[in-house]
Amino acid sequence: MAMAALRREGKRVSTLISSPNLRSSLAPSEEQVSFGVRSISTQIVRNRMKSVKNIQKITKAMKMVAASKLRAIQVRAENSRGLWQPFTALLGDTPRAAIGFVLHLADIVEVWLWFSLDWLGGNLLSTASLIQSSNFACLHFVALPGVDVKKNVIVTISSDKGLCGGINSTSVKMSRALHKLNAGPDKEGKYVILGEKAKAQLIRDSKKDIEISITELQKNPLNYTQVSVLADDILKNVEFDALRIVFNKFQSVVSFLPTTATILSPEVVEKEAEAGGKLGDLDSYEIEGGETKSEVLQNLTEFQFSCVLFNAVLENACSEQGARMSAMDSSSRNAGDMLDRLTLTYNRTRQASITTELIEIISGASALTG
Amino acid sequence: MFRQAASRVLFRSSAAARARPFSTDLAAAASPDETFVEAWKKVIPNIEPPKTPLSFMTPRPATPSSIPSKLTVNFVLPYASELSTKENGMTVLPRRMLVFNPRILQYASNVDMVIIPASTGQMGVLPGHVATIAELKPGVMSVHEGDKVVKYFVTSGFAFVHSNSYADIIAVEAVPIDQIDPALVQKGLADFTQKLSSASTDLEKAEAQIGVDVHSALNSALTS
Repeated sequence: MAMAALRREGKRVSTLISSPNLRSSLAPSEEQVSFGVRSISTQIVRNRMKSVKNIQKITKAMKMVAASKLRAIQVRAENSRGLWQPFTALLGDTPRAAIGFVLHLADIVEVWLWFSLDWLGGNLLSTASLIQSSNFACLHFVALPGVDVKKNVIVTISSDKGLCGGINSTSVKMSRALHKLNAGPDKEGKYVILGEKAKAQLIRDSKKDIEISITELQKNPLNYTQVSVLADDILKNVEFDALRIVFNKFQSVVSFLPTTATILSPEVVEKEAEAGGKLGDLDSYEIEGGETKSEVLQNLTEFQFSCVLFNAVLENACSEQGARMSAMDSSSRNAGDMLDRLTLTYNRTRQASITTELIEIISGASALTG
Repeated sequence: MFRQAASRVLFRSSAAARARPFSTDLAAAASPDETFVEAWKKVIPNIEPPKTPLSFMTPRPATPSSIPSKLTVNFVLPYASELSTKENGMTVLPRRMLVFNPRILQYASNVDMVIIPASTGQMGVLPGHVATIAELKPGVMSVHEGDKVVKYFVTSGFAFVHSNSYADIIAVEAVPIDQIDPALVQKGLADFTQKLSSASTDLEKAEAQIGVDVHSALNSALTS
Protein backbone atom coordinates (compact mmCIF):
# COMPACT_ATOMS: atom_id res chain seq x y z
CA MET A 1 0.00 0.00 0.00
CA ALA A 2 2.78 2.34 0.84
CA MET A 3 4.38 1.42 -2.46
CA ALA A 4 1.25 2.26 -4.33
CA ALA A 5 0.97 5.60 -2.60
CA LEU A 6 4.58 6.32 -3.41
CA ARG A 7 4.13 5.45 -7.03
CA ARG A 8 1.10 7.66 -7.25
CA GLU A 9 3.00 10.49 -5.68
CA GLY A 10 5.92 9.94 -8.04
CA LYS A 11 3.65 10.06 -11.03
CA ARG A 12 2.21 13.32 -9.89
CA VAL A 13 5.64 14.83 -9.48
CA SER A 14 6.79 13.56 -12.84
CA THR A 15 3.77 15.02 -14.60
CA LEU A 16 4.42 18.29 -12.88
CA ILE A 17 8.00 18.52 -13.94
CA SER A 18 7.84 16.95 -17.36
CA SER A 19 7.49 19.16 -20.38
CA PRO A 20 4.13 19.19 -22.14
CA ASN A 21 5.09 16.97 -25.04
CA LEU A 22 6.31 14.28 -22.71
CA ARG A 23 3.22 14.33 -20.62
CA SER A 24 1.51 11.00 -20.22
CA SER A 25 -1.42 10.44 -22.48
CA LEU A 26 -3.44 9.27 -19.51
CA ALA A 27 -4.02 12.81 -18.36
CA PRO A 28 -7.47 14.15 -19.25
CA SER A 29 -7.70 16.29 -22.33
CA GLU A 30 -8.70 19.39 -20.44
CA GLU A 31 -5.36 19.36 -18.70
CA GLN A 32 -3.38 19.22 -21.89
CA VAL A 33 -2.58 22.86 -21.91
CA SER A 34 1.11 23.57 -21.85
CA PHE A 35 2.38 24.33 -18.42
CA GLY A 36 3.82 27.75 -18.92
CA VAL A 37 0.86 29.30 -20.71
CA ARG A 38 -0.44 32.22 -18.76
CA SER A 39 -4.22 31.92 -19.16
CA ILE A 40 -5.44 28.38 -19.03
CA SER A 41 -8.74 28.10 -20.81
CA THR A 42 -11.43 26.52 -18.67
CA GLN A 43 -14.04 26.91 -21.37
CA ILE A 44 -14.14 23.22 -22.27
CA VAL A 45 -14.59 22.12 -18.68
CA ARG A 46 -17.28 24.70 -18.13
CA ASN A 47 -19.22 23.56 -21.17
CA ARG A 48 -18.93 19.98 -20.13
CA MET A 49 -20.13 20.83 -16.63
CA LYS A 50 -23.13 22.60 -18.07
CA SER A 51 -24.10 19.65 -20.25
CA VAL A 52 -23.69 17.16 -17.42
CA LYS A 53 -25.86 19.36 -15.24
CA ASN A 54 -28.55 19.42 -17.90
CA ILE A 55 -28.43 15.66 -18.29
CA GLN A 56 -28.78 15.31 -14.57
CA LYS A 57 -31.82 17.54 -14.62
CA ILE A 58 -33.41 15.44 -17.33
CA THR A 59 -32.74 12.14 -15.61
CA LYS A 60 -34.06 13.50 -12.32
CA ALA A 61 -37.23 14.61 -14.02
CA MET A 62 -37.59 11.23 -15.72
CA LYS A 63 -37.18 9.54 -12.39
CA MET A 64 -39.93 11.65 -10.88
CA VAL A 65 -42.25 10.91 -13.79
CA ALA A 66 -41.53 7.19 -13.57
CA ALA A 67 -42.15 7.22 -9.83
CA SER A 68 -45.53 8.85 -10.15
CA LYS A 69 -46.53 6.58 -13.02
CA LEU A 70 -45.35 3.58 -11.06
CA ARG A 71 -47.53 4.46 -8.11
CA ALA A 72 -50.62 4.60 -10.28
CA ILE A 73 -49.90 1.43 -12.16
CA GLN A 74 -48.73 -0.59 -9.18
CA VAL A 75 -52.14 -0.40 -7.57
CA ARG A 76 -53.76 -1.60 -10.76
CA ALA A 77 -51.28 -4.39 -11.24
CA GLU A 78 -51.72 -5.64 -7.71
CA ASN A 79 -55.47 -5.47 -7.99
CA SER A 80 -55.37 -7.50 -11.17
CA ARG A 81 -53.31 -10.24 -9.57
CA GLY A 82 -56.40 -12.14 -8.54
CA LEU A 83 -57.54 -12.44 -12.10
CA TRP A 84 -55.37 -15.33 -13.26
CA GLN A 85 -55.44 -17.35 -10.05
CA PRO A 86 -58.75 -19.17 -10.58
CA PHE A 87 -57.60 -20.26 -14.03
CA THR A 88 -54.35 -21.63 -12.71
CA ALA A 89 -56.25 -23.37 -9.94
CA LEU A 90 -58.53 -24.98 -12.50
CA LEU A 91 -56.26 -25.68 -15.44
CA GLY A 92 -52.95 -25.94 -13.65
CA ASP A 93 -49.59 -24.77 -14.76
CA THR A 94 -48.49 -26.21 -18.04
CA PRO A 95 -45.20 -24.81 -19.20
CA ARG A 96 -44.96 -28.08 -21.13
CA ALA A 97 -48.03 -30.01 -22.02
CA ALA A 98 -46.39 -33.38 -22.14
CA ILE A 99 -42.86 -34.65 -22.01
CA GLY A 100 -41.18 -37.64 -23.45
CA PHE A 101 -37.88 -39.18 -22.72
CA VAL A 102 -35.76 -41.54 -24.68
CA LEU A 103 -34.03 -44.57 -23.35
CA HIS A 104 -31.14 -45.94 -25.31
CA LEU A 105 -31.01 -49.60 -24.51
CA ALA A 106 -27.57 -50.74 -25.52
CA ASP A 107 -27.94 -48.81 -28.77
CA ILE A 108 -30.30 -51.35 -30.20
CA VAL A 109 -33.77 -50.34 -29.30
CA GLU A 110 -35.09 -46.95 -28.64
CA VAL A 111 -38.00 -47.00 -26.38
CA TRP A 112 -40.11 -43.97 -26.36
CA LEU A 113 -42.15 -43.50 -23.30
CA TRP A 114 -44.63 -40.80 -23.00
CA PHE A 115 -45.61 -39.74 -19.59
CA SER A 116 -48.04 -37.19 -18.52
CA LEU A 117 -46.54 -34.66 -16.20
CA ASP A 118 -48.03 -35.33 -12.81
CA TRP A 119 -47.51 -39.01 -13.22
CA LEU A 120 -43.93 -38.29 -14.11
CA GLY A 121 -43.31 -36.39 -10.90
CA GLY A 122 -44.07 -39.39 -8.73
CA ASN A 123 -42.86 -42.29 -10.76
CA LEU A 124 -39.94 -40.94 -12.68
CA LEU A 125 -37.32 -41.62 -10.06
CA SER A 126 -38.43 -45.14 -9.44
CA THR A 127 -38.54 -45.87 -13.17
CA ALA A 128 -35.12 -44.40 -13.67
CA SER A 129 -33.56 -46.33 -10.84
CA LEU A 130 -35.23 -49.50 -12.01
CA ILE A 131 -33.83 -49.14 -15.46
CA GLN A 132 -30.38 -48.21 -14.28
CA SER A 133 -30.25 -51.05 -11.82
CA SER A 134 -31.12 -53.54 -14.50
CA ASN A 135 -28.00 -52.54 -16.39
CA PHE A 136 -29.49 -50.68 -19.26
CA ALA A 137 -26.96 -48.32 -20.63
CA CYS A 138 -27.22 -44.60 -20.81
CA LEU A 139 -30.57 -43.37 -19.85
CA HIS A 140 -30.95 -39.80 -20.78
CA PHE A 141 -33.64 -37.29 -21.00
CA VAL A 142 -34.26 -35.60 -24.24
CA ALA A 143 -36.19 -32.42 -24.08
CA LEU A 144 -39.00 -33.25 -26.40
CA PRO A 145 -41.80 -30.80 -26.43
CA GLY A 146 -45.16 -32.36 -25.84
CA VAL A 147 -46.41 -34.44 -28.72
CA ASP A 148 -49.62 -32.62 -28.93
CA VAL A 149 -48.25 -29.12 -28.80
CA LYS A 150 -47.01 -28.41 -32.28
CA LYS A 151 -47.63 -24.73 -32.67
CA ASN A 152 -46.11 -22.72 -29.92
CA VAL A 153 -46.79 -19.02 -30.03
CA ILE A 154 -44.66 -16.93 -27.76
CA VAL A 155 -46.23 -13.67 -26.72
CA THR A 156 -43.38 -11.39 -25.74
CA ILE A 157 -44.36 -8.36 -23.73
CA SER A 158 -41.98 -5.42 -23.70
CA SER A 159 -42.07 -1.68 -23.46
CA ASP A 160 -42.27 0.91 -26.20
CA LYS A 161 -39.65 3.17 -24.75
CA GLY A 162 -36.13 2.46 -23.67
CA LEU A 163 -34.09 3.71 -20.74
CA CYS A 164 -35.58 1.16 -18.44
CA GLY A 165 -32.73 -1.14 -17.55
CA GLY A 166 -32.67 -4.72 -18.73
CA ILE A 167 -36.31 -5.70 -18.61
CA ASN A 168 -36.79 -5.75 -22.36
CA SER A 169 -33.69 -7.73 -23.09
CA THR A 170 -34.65 -10.14 -20.32
CA SER A 171 -38.00 -10.85 -21.88
CA VAL A 172 -36.43 -11.18 -25.31
CA LYS A 173 -33.83 -13.57 -23.94
CA MET A 174 -36.53 -15.63 -22.26
CA SER A 175 -38.60 -15.71 -25.43
CA ARG A 176 -35.62 -16.86 -27.49
CA ALA A 177 -34.88 -19.54 -24.94
CA LEU A 178 -38.49 -20.72 -24.91
CA HIS A 179 -38.44 -20.76 -28.68
CA LYS A 180 -35.34 -22.91 -28.60
CA LEU A 181 -36.82 -25.16 -25.95
CA ASN A 182 -39.90 -25.77 -28.02
CA ALA A 183 -38.12 -26.15 -31.32
CA GLY A 184 -38.21 -29.48 -33.05
CA PRO A 185 -38.40 -31.09 -36.46
CA ASP A 186 -42.15 -30.83 -36.93
CA LYS A 187 -42.72 -27.99 -34.54
CA GLU A 188 -43.60 -24.47 -35.29
CA GLY A 189 -42.59 -21.55 -33.14
CA LYS A 190 -43.96 -18.10 -33.71
CA TYR A 191 -43.70 -14.80 -31.97
CA VAL A 192 -46.34 -12.26 -31.17
CA ILE A 193 -44.66 -9.11 -29.97
CA LEU A 194 -46.08 -6.38 -27.84
CA GLY A 195 -43.94 -3.28 -27.65
CA GLU A 196 -41.36 -1.59 -29.80
CA LYS A 197 -38.24 -2.71 -27.98
CA ALA A 198 -38.66 -6.47 -28.23
CA LYS A 199 -39.58 -6.04 -31.87
CA ALA A 200 -36.34 -4.18 -32.54
CA GLN A 201 -34.38 -6.98 -30.93
CA LEU A 202 -36.24 -9.97 -32.32
CA ILE A 203 -36.51 -8.68 -35.86
CA ARG A 204 -32.76 -9.13 -36.23
CA ASP A 205 -32.62 -12.90 -36.06
CA SER A 206 -36.15 -14.22 -36.23
CA LYS A 207 -37.91 -11.93 -38.62
CA LYS A 208 -39.67 -14.77 -40.39
CA ASP A 209 -41.15 -16.09 -37.17
CA ILE A 210 -42.81 -12.87 -36.12
CA GLU A 211 -46.50 -13.22 -36.68
CA ILE A 212 -47.85 -9.96 -35.30
CA SER A 213 -46.24 -7.06 -33.57
CA ILE A 214 -48.28 -4.51 -31.70
CA THR A 215 -46.93 -1.23 -30.43
CA GLU A 216 -48.14 1.84 -28.62
CA LEU A 217 -50.11 -0.18 -26.15
CA GLN A 218 -49.61 2.26 -23.37
CA LYS A 219 -50.77 5.42 -25.08
CA ASN A 220 -53.87 5.34 -22.94
CA PRO A 221 -53.84 3.93 -19.44
CA LEU A 222 -54.19 0.18 -19.69
CA ASN A 223 -57.69 -1.14 -19.22
CA TYR A 224 -59.39 -4.47 -19.54
CA THR A 225 -61.49 -3.56 -22.54
CA GLN A 226 -58.46 -2.55 -24.55
CA VAL A 227 -56.52 -5.66 -23.58
CA SER A 228 -59.43 -7.97 -24.35
CA VAL A 229 -59.79 -6.44 -27.80
CA LEU A 230 -56.08 -7.03 -28.26
CA ALA A 231 -56.39 -10.61 -27.04
CA ASP A 232 -59.25 -11.16 -29.44
CA ASP A 233 -57.11 -9.82 -32.25
CA ILE A 234 -54.32 -12.21 -31.41
CA LEU A 235 -56.67 -15.17 -31.10
CA LYS A 236 -58.24 -14.42 -34.44
CA ASN A 237 -55.04 -14.01 -36.37
CA VAL A 238 -52.74 -16.61 -34.90
CA GLU A 239 -53.06 -20.34 -35.02
CA PHE A 240 -51.74 -21.93 -31.89
CA ASP A 241 -51.69 -24.98 -29.70
CA ALA A 242 -50.13 -23.18 -26.82
CA LEU A 243 -49.65 -19.52 -26.14
CA ARG A 244 -46.76 -18.70 -23.89
CA ILE A 245 -46.83 -15.21 -22.50
CA VAL A 246 -43.43 -13.90 -21.45
CA PHE A 247 -43.36 -10.90 -19.18
CA ASN A 248 -41.56 -9.39 -16.22
CA LYS A 249 -43.47 -9.81 -13.02
CA PHE A 250 -43.14 -6.87 -10.73
CA GLN A 251 -41.82 -7.72 -7.33
CA SER A 252 -40.24 -4.53 -6.11
CA VAL A 253 -38.73 -1.43 -7.65
CA VAL A 254 -35.44 -3.22 -8.09
CA SER A 255 -36.47 -6.80 -8.73
CA PHE A 256 -38.49 -8.25 -11.57
CA LEU A 257 -39.09 -11.90 -12.17
CA PRO A 258 -39.16 -13.10 -15.76
CA THR A 259 -42.29 -15.21 -15.93
CA THR A 260 -44.01 -17.35 -18.48
CA ALA A 261 -47.69 -18.14 -18.40
CA THR A 262 -49.19 -20.75 -20.67
CA ILE A 263 -52.57 -20.87 -22.32
CA LEU A 264 -53.47 -24.04 -24.16
CA SER A 265 -55.87 -24.07 -27.04
CA PRO A 266 -59.31 -25.57 -26.33
CA GLU A 267 -58.55 -28.64 -28.45
CA VAL A 268 -55.39 -29.36 -26.52
CA VAL A 269 -57.18 -28.82 -23.23
CA GLU A 270 -59.85 -31.29 -24.24
CA LYS A 271 -57.35 -33.85 -25.44
CA GLU A 272 -55.24 -33.54 -22.32
CA ALA A 273 -58.26 -33.82 -20.10
CA GLU A 274 -59.39 -36.96 -21.86
CA ALA A 275 -55.93 -38.46 -21.78
CA GLY A 276 -55.96 -37.88 -18.05
CA GLY A 277 -52.73 -35.97 -18.02
CA LYS A 278 -52.11 -32.91 -15.96
CA LEU A 279 -55.55 -31.65 -16.79
CA GLY A 280 -57.17 -34.95 -15.90
CA ASP A 281 -59.09 -33.30 -13.11
CA LEU A 282 -60.98 -31.26 -15.63
CA ASP A 283 -63.03 -34.28 -16.60
CA SER A 284 -64.53 -34.44 -13.14
CA TYR A 285 -66.07 -31.00 -13.57
CA GLU A 286 -69.60 -30.63 -14.72
CA ILE A 287 -69.81 -28.10 -17.47
CA GLU A 288 -72.85 -25.89 -17.65
CA GLY A 289 -73.85 -23.46 -20.32
CA GLY A 290 -73.28 -23.53 -24.05
CA GLU A 291 -74.38 -26.28 -26.38
CA THR A 292 -71.29 -28.43 -26.26
CA LYS A 293 -68.37 -28.92 -23.98
CA SER A 294 -65.89 -27.72 -26.55
CA GLU A 295 -67.82 -24.49 -26.99
CA VAL A 296 -67.59 -23.76 -23.28
CA LEU A 297 -63.92 -24.70 -23.29
CA GLN A 298 -63.27 -22.33 -26.14
CA ASN A 299 -64.98 -19.50 -24.29
CA LEU A 300 -63.05 -20.44 -21.22
CA THR A 301 -59.63 -20.39 -22.87
CA GLU A 302 -60.37 -17.13 -24.65
CA PHE A 303 -61.45 -15.56 -21.41
CA GLN A 304 -58.40 -17.01 -19.72
CA PHE A 305 -56.12 -15.51 -22.34
CA SER A 306 -57.61 -12.06 -21.97
CA CYS A 307 -57.38 -12.22 -18.18
CA VAL A 308 -53.83 -13.54 -18.09
CA LEU A 309 -52.76 -11.07 -20.75
CA PHE A 310 -54.32 -8.21 -18.83
CA ASN A 311 -52.38 -9.08 -15.73
CA ALA A 312 -49.19 -9.69 -17.71
CA VAL A 313 -49.40 -6.36 -19.50
CA LEU A 314 -49.98 -4.54 -16.24
CA GLU A 315 -47.16 -6.34 -14.47
CA ASN A 316 -44.82 -5.58 -17.30
CA ALA A 317 -45.79 -1.93 -17.39
CA CYS A 318 -45.25 -1.78 -13.67
CA SER A 319 -41.82 -3.42 -13.99
CA GLU A 320 -40.97 -0.99 -16.75
CA GLN A 321 -41.69 2.03 -14.62
CA GLY A 322 -39.86 0.53 -11.69
CA ALA A 323 -36.84 -0.29 -13.81
CA ARG A 324 -36.87 3.15 -15.35
CA MET A 325 -37.06 4.70 -11.93
CA SER A 326 -34.04 2.83 -10.64
CA ALA A 327 -32.11 3.34 -13.89
CA MET A 328 -32.75 7.07 -13.81
CA ASP A 329 -31.87 7.20 -10.15
CA SER A 330 -28.49 5.64 -10.75
CA SER A 331 -27.82 7.78 -13.80
CA SER A 332 -28.58 10.99 -11.92
CA ARG A 333 -26.22 9.77 -9.22
CA ASN A 334 -23.56 9.10 -11.84
CA ALA A 335 -24.09 12.53 -13.34
CA GLY A 336 -23.64 14.02 -9.86
CA ASP A 337 -20.38 12.14 -9.41
CA MET A 338 -19.16 13.30 -12.78
CA LEU A 339 -20.10 16.87 -11.97
CA ASP A 340 -18.14 16.68 -8.73
CA ARG A 341 -15.07 15.44 -10.55
CA LEU A 342 -15.35 18.12 -13.19
CA THR A 343 -15.83 20.84 -10.61
CA LEU A 344 -12.71 19.65 -8.86
CA THR A 345 -10.72 19.76 -12.09
CA TYR A 346 -12.12 23.15 -12.95
CA ASN A 347 -11.27 24.65 -9.58
CA ARG A 348 -7.83 23.14 -9.56
CA THR A 349 -7.03 24.49 -12.98
CA ARG A 350 -8.30 27.91 -12.07
CA GLN A 351 -6.28 27.92 -8.88
CA ALA A 352 -3.19 26.80 -10.76
CA SER A 353 -3.52 29.61 -13.25
CA ILE A 354 -3.94 32.17 -10.46
CA THR A 355 -0.91 30.83 -8.67
CA THR A 356 1.13 30.94 -11.85
CA GLU A 357 0.15 34.51 -12.48
CA LEU A 358 1.00 35.50 -8.94
CA ILE A 359 4.40 33.85 -9.15
CA GLU A 360 5.09 35.62 -12.37
CA ILE A 361 4.15 38.98 -10.92
CA ILE A 362 6.12 38.45 -7.76
CA SER A 363 9.18 37.16 -9.51
CA GLY A 364 9.01 40.05 -11.97
CA ALA A 365 8.76 42.55 -9.13
CA SER A 366 11.60 40.98 -7.21
CA ALA A 367 13.76 40.99 -10.34
CA LEU A 368 13.16 44.73 -10.69
CA THR A 369 13.94 45.57 -7.07
CA GLY A 370 16.83 43.11 -6.75
CA MET B 1 -40.96 -33.65 36.18
CA PHE B 2 -44.18 -35.07 34.90
CA ARG B 3 -45.20 -31.72 33.67
CA GLN B 4 -42.02 -31.49 31.67
CA ALA B 5 -42.47 -34.92 30.26
CA ALA B 6 -45.98 -34.07 29.29
CA SER B 7 -44.90 -30.91 27.57
CA ARG B 8 -42.17 -32.80 25.78
CA VAL B 9 -44.63 -35.33 24.53
CA LEU B 10 -46.91 -32.57 23.43
CA PHE B 11 -44.09 -30.82 21.66
CA ARG B 12 -43.01 -33.95 19.93
CA SER B 13 -46.46 -34.74 18.71
CA SER B 14 -46.93 -31.25 17.37
CA ALA B 15 -43.50 -31.36 15.70
CA ALA B 16 -44.35 -34.66 14.12
CA ALA B 17 -47.60 -33.27 12.88
CA ARG B 18 -45.77 -30.38 11.32
CA ALA B 19 -43.09 -32.51 9.75
CA ARG B 20 -45.45 -35.04 8.27
CA PRO B 21 -48.67 -33.60 7.04
CA PHE B 22 -51.46 -35.87 6.00
CA SER B 23 -50.86 -37.70 2.81
CA THR B 24 -53.82 -36.00 1.24
CA ASP B 25 -52.13 -32.64 1.68
CA LEU B 26 -49.31 -33.59 -0.61
CA ALA B 27 -51.37 -33.81 -3.74
CA ALA B 28 -52.78 -30.34 -3.33
CA ALA B 29 -49.50 -28.63 -2.60
CA ALA B 30 -48.54 -28.47 -6.22
CA SER B 31 -44.98 -27.31 -6.66
CA PRO B 32 -43.80 -25.34 -9.67
CA ASP B 33 -43.14 -27.60 -12.56
CA GLU B 34 -39.91 -29.48 -11.98
CA THR B 35 -39.79 -31.23 -15.31
CA PHE B 36 -40.01 -27.90 -17.02
CA VAL B 37 -37.08 -26.58 -15.01
CA GLU B 38 -35.12 -29.73 -15.77
CA ALA B 39 -35.79 -29.56 -19.48
CA TRP B 40 -34.95 -25.88 -19.47
CA LYS B 41 -31.60 -26.49 -17.83
CA LYS B 42 -30.75 -29.14 -20.41
CA VAL B 43 -31.41 -26.88 -23.35
CA ILE B 44 -30.48 -23.47 -21.98
CA PRO B 45 -27.99 -24.00 -19.18
CA ASN B 46 -26.82 -20.43 -18.83
CA ILE B 47 -30.15 -18.73 -18.16
CA GLU B 48 -32.26 -19.26 -15.10
CA PRO B 49 -35.63 -20.73 -15.99
CA PRO B 50 -38.50 -18.27 -15.82
CA LYS B 51 -41.09 -18.43 -13.10
CA THR B 52 -44.47 -19.89 -13.80
CA PRO B 53 -47.75 -18.65 -12.35
CA LEU B 54 -48.04 -21.56 -9.96
CA SER B 55 -45.03 -20.37 -8.00
CA PHE B 56 -46.89 -17.20 -7.08
CA MET B 57 -49.95 -18.99 -5.84
CA THR B 58 -50.81 -20.29 -2.45
CA PRO B 59 -51.72 -23.92 -2.95
CA ARG B 60 -55.35 -24.83 -2.46
CA PRO B 61 -56.22 -27.47 0.09
CA ALA B 62 -57.22 -30.95 -0.99
CA THR B 63 -60.79 -32.14 -0.94
CA PRO B 64 -61.64 -32.78 2.69
CA SER B 65 -63.32 -36.04 3.61
CA SER B 66 -66.20 -34.33 5.34
CA ILE B 67 -68.09 -31.41 3.91
CA PRO B 68 -66.97 -28.15 5.52
CA SER B 69 -69.60 -25.85 6.96
CA LYS B 70 -68.50 -22.83 4.97
CA LEU B 71 -67.87 -22.15 1.32
CA THR B 72 -64.73 -20.26 0.35
CA VAL B 73 -65.51 -17.75 -2.33
CA ASN B 74 -62.99 -15.88 -4.43
CA PHE B 75 -64.68 -13.07 -6.23
CA VAL B 76 -62.39 -11.69 -8.92
CA LEU B 77 -62.69 -8.66 -11.16
CA PRO B 78 -60.11 -7.09 -13.49
CA TYR B 79 -59.68 -4.09 -11.25
CA ALA B 80 -60.23 -5.68 -7.87
CA SER B 81 -60.23 -9.04 -6.28
CA GLU B 82 -61.56 -10.61 -3.17
CA LEU B 83 -59.39 -13.60 -2.68
CA SER B 84 -59.29 -15.90 0.26
CA THR B 85 -55.59 -16.33 -0.32
CA LYS B 86 -53.46 -13.52 -1.54
CA GLU B 87 -50.41 -14.12 -3.61
CA ASN B 88 -47.32 -15.57 -1.98
CA GLY B 89 -44.94 -13.09 -0.47
CA MET B 90 -46.65 -10.08 -1.91
CA THR B 91 -47.55 -7.12 0.18
CA VAL B 92 -51.17 -6.23 0.02
CA LEU B 93 -51.76 -2.65 -0.90
CA PRO B 94 -54.89 -0.90 0.22
CA ARG B 95 -57.53 -2.03 -2.21
CA ARG B 96 -58.83 0.51 -4.56
CA MET B 97 -61.42 -0.08 -7.14
CA LEU B 98 -61.65 2.03 -10.16
CA VAL B 99 -65.07 0.99 -11.24
CA PHE B 100 -67.04 1.62 -8.11
CA ASN B 101 -66.87 2.33 -4.46
CA PRO B 102 -64.41 0.08 -2.64
CA ARG B 103 -66.36 0.01 0.58
CA ILE B 104 -69.27 -1.69 -1.01
CA LEU B 105 -67.64 -4.84 -2.24
CA GLN B 106 -67.35 -6.72 0.95
CA TYR B 107 -64.93 -9.41 1.75
CA ALA B 108 -66.77 -12.54 0.84
CA SER B 109 -64.39 -15.22 1.84
CA ASN B 110 -66.14 -17.75 4.04
CA VAL B 111 -69.82 -17.76 3.38
CA ASP B 112 -72.78 -20.11 3.62
CA MET B 113 -74.04 -19.93 0.10
CA VAL B 114 -73.72 -18.04 -3.15
CA ILE B 115 -76.28 -17.90 -5.89
CA ILE B 116 -74.67 -17.53 -9.30
CA PRO B 117 -76.44 -16.36 -12.46
CA ALA B 118 -75.24 -19.20 -14.69
CA SER B 119 -76.26 -19.15 -18.32
CA THR B 120 -78.38 -22.23 -17.67
CA GLY B 121 -80.25 -20.56 -14.82
CA GLN B 122 -79.65 -19.44 -11.27
CA MET B 123 -77.32 -21.83 -9.49
CA GLY B 124 -77.10 -22.06 -5.72
CA VAL B 125 -73.71 -23.18 -4.47
CA LEU B 126 -73.42 -24.65 -0.99
CA PRO B 127 -70.36 -26.24 0.60
CA GLY B 128 -69.74 -29.64 -0.93
CA HIS B 129 -71.24 -28.70 -4.30
CA VAL B 130 -70.20 -30.92 -7.15
CA ALA B 131 -67.28 -29.55 -9.20
CA THR B 132 -68.68 -27.36 -11.92
CA ILE B 133 -67.62 -24.93 -14.59
CA ALA B 134 -70.35 -22.48 -15.44
CA GLU B 135 -70.62 -19.56 -17.78
CA LEU B 136 -72.29 -16.51 -16.33
CA LYS B 137 -74.92 -14.33 -17.89
CA PRO B 138 -75.93 -10.85 -16.77
CA GLY B 139 -77.78 -11.24 -13.54
CA VAL B 140 -77.75 -11.04 -9.81
CA MET B 141 -75.18 -12.85 -7.73
CA SER B 142 -76.06 -13.02 -4.07
CA VAL B 143 -73.76 -13.97 -1.26
CA HIS B 144 -75.40 -15.38 1.87
CA GLU B 145 -73.56 -15.18 5.12
CA GLY B 146 -75.65 -15.88 8.17
CA ASP B 147 -78.73 -13.69 7.75
CA LYS B 148 -76.79 -11.16 5.76
CA VAL B 149 -77.30 -11.20 2.03
CA VAL B 150 -75.14 -9.12 -0.30
CA LYS B 151 -76.31 -8.78 -3.86
CA TYR B 152 -74.22 -7.81 -6.85
CA PHE B 153 -75.12 -7.37 -10.43
CA VAL B 154 -72.53 -9.15 -12.57
CA THR B 155 -72.29 -8.69 -16.30
CA SER B 156 -70.57 -11.83 -17.49
CA GLY B 157 -67.76 -14.18 -16.74
CA PHE B 158 -67.14 -17.65 -15.44
CA ALA B 159 -67.62 -19.51 -12.21
CA PHE B 160 -65.63 -22.54 -11.14
CA VAL B 161 -66.83 -24.59 -8.22
CA HIS B 162 -64.17 -26.97 -6.98
CA SER B 163 -64.75 -30.16 -5.10
CA ASN B 164 -62.90 -28.78 -2.06
CA SER B 165 -65.70 -26.25 -1.43
CA TYR B 166 -63.87 -23.45 -3.15
CA ALA B 167 -65.75 -21.30 -5.57
CA ASP B 168 -64.01 -18.94 -7.96
CA ILE B 169 -66.17 -16.34 -9.59
CA ILE B 170 -64.58 -14.26 -12.32
CA ALA B 171 -66.67 -11.39 -13.55
CA VAL B 172 -65.78 -8.67 -15.98
CA GLU B 173 -67.75 -6.14 -14.01
CA ALA B 174 -69.82 -6.24 -10.87
CA VAL B 175 -71.81 -3.60 -9.07
CA PRO B 176 -73.63 -3.80 -5.77
CA ILE B 177 -77.32 -3.67 -6.57
CA ASP B 178 -78.15 -0.68 -4.43
CA GLN B 179 -75.80 1.46 -6.49
CA ILE B 180 -77.81 1.09 -9.66
CA ASP B 181 -80.00 3.96 -10.68
CA PRO B 182 -83.41 2.66 -11.84
CA ALA B 183 -84.11 5.71 -13.95
CA LEU B 184 -80.92 5.22 -15.95
CA VAL B 185 -81.72 1.56 -16.41
CA GLN B 186 -85.14 2.42 -17.85
CA LYS B 187 -83.59 4.97 -20.14
CA GLY B 188 -80.90 2.53 -21.31
CA LEU B 189 -83.47 -0.15 -21.92
CA ALA B 190 -85.58 2.19 -24.03
CA ASP B 191 -82.49 3.34 -25.94
CA PHE B 192 -81.30 -0.15 -26.77
CA THR B 193 -84.80 -1.36 -27.70
CA GLN B 194 -85.02 1.47 -30.14
CA LYS B 195 -81.55 0.70 -31.47
CA LEU B 196 -82.50 -2.95 -31.90
CA SER B 197 -85.49 -2.07 -34.01
CA SER B 198 -83.51 0.32 -36.17
CA ALA B 199 -80.38 -1.86 -36.51
CA SER B 200 -79.49 -2.69 -40.08
CA THR B 201 -76.34 -4.83 -39.92
CA ASP B 202 -75.87 -8.05 -38.00
CA LEU B 203 -73.18 -6.49 -35.83
CA GLU B 204 -75.40 -3.59 -34.81
CA LYS B 205 -78.23 -5.98 -34.12
CA ALA B 206 -76.05 -8.15 -31.93
CA GLU B 207 -74.71 -5.16 -30.01
CA ALA B 208 -78.19 -3.81 -29.43
CA GLN B 209 -79.38 -7.27 -28.37
CA ILE B 210 -76.63 -7.43 -25.77
CA GLY B 211 -77.64 -4.01 -24.51
CA VAL B 212 -81.27 -5.03 -24.26
CA ASP B 213 -80.36 -8.26 -22.47
CA VAL B 214 -78.17 -6.52 -19.92
CA HIS B 215 -80.68 -3.79 -19.24
CA SER B 216 -83.63 -6.11 -18.94
CA ALA B 217 -81.58 -8.26 -16.55
CA LEU B 218 -80.79 -5.11 -14.59
CA ASN B 219 -84.42 -4.17 -14.61
CA SER B 220 -85.58 -7.51 -13.33
CA ALA B 221 -82.83 -7.44 -10.70
CA LEU B 222 -84.12 -4.13 -9.43
CA THR B 223 -87.77 -5.03 -9.43
CA SER B 224 -87.41 -8.41 -7.77
